[in-house]
Amino acid sequence: MIFSLETLLQLCILLPIFATLFIVAFRRHPNLREAVSLATSLCVFYAVVTIYLGLDAGETIAVHWLQVLPGLSLSFSVEPLGMIFALIASFLWFVTIIYSIGYMRGHNEDHQTRFFCCFAIAIGSVMGVAFADNLFTLFIFYEVLTLSTYPLVTHAGTDAAKKGGRVYLGILLSTSVAFFLFAILGTWVIAGTLDFTQGGVFPVDANTTLLGIILVLFIFGIGKAAIMPFHRWLPAAMVAPTPVSALLHAVAVVKAGVFTVMKVGMFIFGLDLLIVLPTTQFLLYLAGASVLLASFVAMRQDNLKARLAYSTVSQLGYITIGVLLATSSGVIASSMNIAMHAFGKITLFFCAGAILVAAHKSNISEMRGLGRQMPFTMVAFFIGSLSIIGLPPTGGTWSKWYLLMATLETDQLIIMVILMLSSLLNIAYLMPIPFHAFFSISPTKNEHRVATAKVQIKEAPTASLIAIGITALGCLVLFIYPNPLYELASAILEPQQSTHGN
Amino acid sequence: MLVHLPILQVIVPLIAAPACLILRRPKLVWLFALFASSLAFIISILLLQQVMTAGTISYELGGWSPPWGIEYRIDKLNAFIALIISGISTVVLLAAQTSIEKEIPKDKQPLFYILYLLSLSGMLGIVTTGDAFNVFVFLEISSLSAYSLIALGKDRRALWASFQYLIMGTIGATFILIGIGLMYQMTGTLNMADLAVRLPEVAETRTITTAYVFFIVGVCLKLALFPLHFWLPNAYAYAPSIVTAFFAATSTKVAAYLLIRFTFSIFGISFSFTTLPIETMFLVMGLLGIFIASTVAIYQDNIKHVFAYSSVAQVGYMIVGFSLSTPAGLTAMLLHMFNHALMKGALFMALVAIMYRVGSSKINDLQGLGRQMPLTVAAIVVGGLSLIGVPLTVGFVSKWYLVVAAIEKGWWWLAGLVLLGSLLAVIYVWRIIETAYFKAPILGQQPVKEAPMAILVPVWLLVSANVYFGIDTRFSVEIAASAAKSLFGVAQ
Repeated sequence: MIFSLETLLQLCILLPIFATLFIVAFRRHPNLREAVSLATSLCVFYAVVTIYLGLDAGETIAVHWLQVLPGLSLSFSVEPLGMIFALIASFLWFVTIIYSIGYMRGHNEDHQTRFFCCFAIAIGSVMGVAFADNLFTLFIFYEVLTLSTYPLVTHAGTDAAKKGGRVYLGILLSTSVAFFLFAILGTWVIAGTLDFTQGGVFPVDANTTLLGIILVLFIFGIGKAAIMPFHRWLPAAMVAPTPVSALLHAVAVVKAGVFTVMKVGMFIFGLDLLIVLPTTQFLLYLAGASVLLASFVAMRQDNLKARLAYSTVSQLGYITIGVLLATSSGVIASSMNIAMHAFGKITLFFCAGAILVAAHKSNISEMRGLGRQMPFTMVAFFIGSLSIIGLPPTGGTWSKWYLLMATLETDQLIIMVILMLSSLLNIAYLMPIPFHAFFSISPTKNEHRVATAKVQIKEAPTASLIAIGITALGCLVLFIYPNPLYELASAILEPQQSTHGN
Repeated sequence: MLVHLPILQVIVPLIAAPACLILRRPKLVWLFALFASSLAFIISILLLQQVMTAGTISYELGGWSPPWGIEYRIDKLNAFIALIISGISTVVLLAAQTSIEKEIPKDKQPLFYILYLLSLSGMLGIVTTGDAFNVFVFLEISSLSAYSLIALGKDRRALWASFQYLIMGTIGATFILIGIGLMYQMTGTLNMADLAVRLPEVAETRTITTAYVFFIVGVCLKLALFPLHFWLPNAYAYAPSIVTAFFAATSTKVAAYLLIRFTFSIFGISFSFTTLPIETMFLVMGLLGIFIASTVAIYQDNIKHVFAYSSVAQVGYMIVGFSLSTPAGLTAMLLHMFNHALMKGALFMALVAIMYRVGSSKINDLQGLGRQMPLTVAAIVVGGLSLIGVPLTVGFVSKWYLVVAAIEKGWWWLAGLVLLGSLLAVIYVWRIIETAYFKAPILGQQPVKEAPMAILVPVWLLVSANVYFGIDTRFSVEIAASAAKSLFGVAQ
């Protein structure tokens, strides 16, 4: 190996950011520019995998950059949960770039250079979030992620995009400044440290009421986790081009949110403390309400991307619930769901984009009979839906399984009922789409454009199809072969050797 | 030579000012003024180094020993502030020649540099002197030159703004003079250190209380603390843009310095914080300032007005730090003085560039500018993020310290309010950014070019300082913290 693991860790964060220079330099040569993006994503993925192998071999990987304020430093370390997040994000980044090339060109989008630049910065900051060794570092990259994705959300530059961008930035920035930062500062003053520590950082004699309030501030403040009532930004972000919605708003951004919730729950509070806090139960019900309500709202959406967005809000609630249950199976369920939902949802978004590019449709009611025109896309959509619902033979099965176990272990019967109900709702709002696509007849066949297209197969550009294929396959593979993921997930709670940089 | 640094700090720009008259040609005058300001900057760096290593410097003017002679007294606090002033002044001057080309008639340009240097030496004088009456003298030097500088503005409303400032500023200065006069009457001394020794004997008298009240009100006028801020927005908006950049970054800092110096070093903590309910008063006014001025800023259609009101709000943050009356709170205030100078310097310098190319600072004239002047608008974005307090910028550092100071005092509600206040900044900053990037250029308007290098370089110097000192905070935090500690008399 040429580089040490520490160097590789830093490269994960820095490479995408340096890549922007080349992306800008090659702005007049689209092929070269995309080659830069692809090459960078491959390098980052390679680096992450190497780090994973290193972690698996029991190595301690930590990097300390600099001390910003006394006691607060920018430093990174690798632990299993961050590893899961980094693996998924870097792999799906690579896939998404393949997809974007097809999509952005097929859709003749403007400002593609800016698009690929911001995309790269966003991924760099996701890596920063994934490997952050303390809450301070995490917060910084969390904010960079918000700001770098803003130009992506407002990409179209239209009034709708501007309005969406305002909601997006408004909610994410406000919650992070007013609640998240507040909670961090509170933690800093009470605990005197922000380092992620197994079992939490708070002193034993700390006031639990105060800590309970801080927990609420954290949960509300991490707006990216989209717990109601701070979920509006996610549907608003759907004005973005589909690859952005796919990677950022199904994988990177929202997962950064729930990832942060998990980190805070396990390494700032600690599961033992989480159980005794007076507000945990309230937050559990809130997350449960978020799961149910979002599912109901999703049923009423006719725009496919909006429906998927609300479905994401609902699924994010699952992950938050998993942490708040504060048992090991809950944590395993949550961390597995980060991966499972990522693969499932990105497939669905890819399909939505493919439908937009190939058939110029974005409303579900227009998609009847589309299966004949785009069979491949619709099969992938079906697989993705299965994974989101949690049915075999897809990966989603496992995370749902562990989550239900966790609710039983902790006697949270109400939560369990909510989860079951929500699964039924998932079926109700996702399944009809592929079903009608294959078994209904197109209602708009009198339109000449559709009438001619009806007989022949007209799929999205090949690059996009390859990407869809990979992620759909991913959903299936994760069902058959979830072991590495499970091992990582169960390693999160094992007492590990100190991985903190000084 | 090194012994005389405290007086050279003031004398260099003071003598350089009339010397400009000999040179006459604007370009030469500019180079000369730049030279003088850089010299002052170097001197303040040296002074700060001396103070940090060897402790407080006392300099006897003309060899007359205090308290009879005038004493110049440099400690960490004023060395720090002098560094901010001379540093910003130098960076701003870099762009002056190019900027005033379009805003000030050629025959008045040498005059501009003279006034600028006078104002600089006045501010440096206020900061370095250890004599209370000297403070008033330099206050008048810097204020009178400031009124004239503002009146140089191209817009005719500059005259009115300058007049308004003249009236308010004079009232403020007179109040300060009355305060100093009353103290002199009771103690018979004007030397600050001597005053500090003699005041406690007479502290119980009504005269001293009155002196204190006059002084506080006078300083708050100069500080533009809400609700005494009415002169500020127009003065900032209609002055030549380069003047605004200089004043916005420095002048409120000088007033804030006076407030700290008099309350802590002269009147003493126990007197200052018990005579008047000053903590509560400042806390309330600071918070009102943050929320009202920020809200007003949202509704302005001239960007200079937006940032001017934002300055009033930022003064609010400083005063809130002051009102905590703990070393941590004072540290936050001092840090914010430094950081705010950097943010507002960067933002107003970017406006200098926009005024140079577009000739207007109305928000609507910014439409489509994101494409035409990418570097300038990017500077506004970074400066704006710093103003909001986004991590990795200096704004975040200030906010962090202020909130931690509030929580340490047990005032959780204040911590929440401070953070909420910064959300208002998001709104007024984002209005500008959206207009620059998303609105199409106005039809029929000539597309403009990126600003010339002479302006871009200082703009980006300040912008990089915003990021640099947001990441590497050792310098600013160390000085602010140790200055605050020594003001509170805590052993280090």
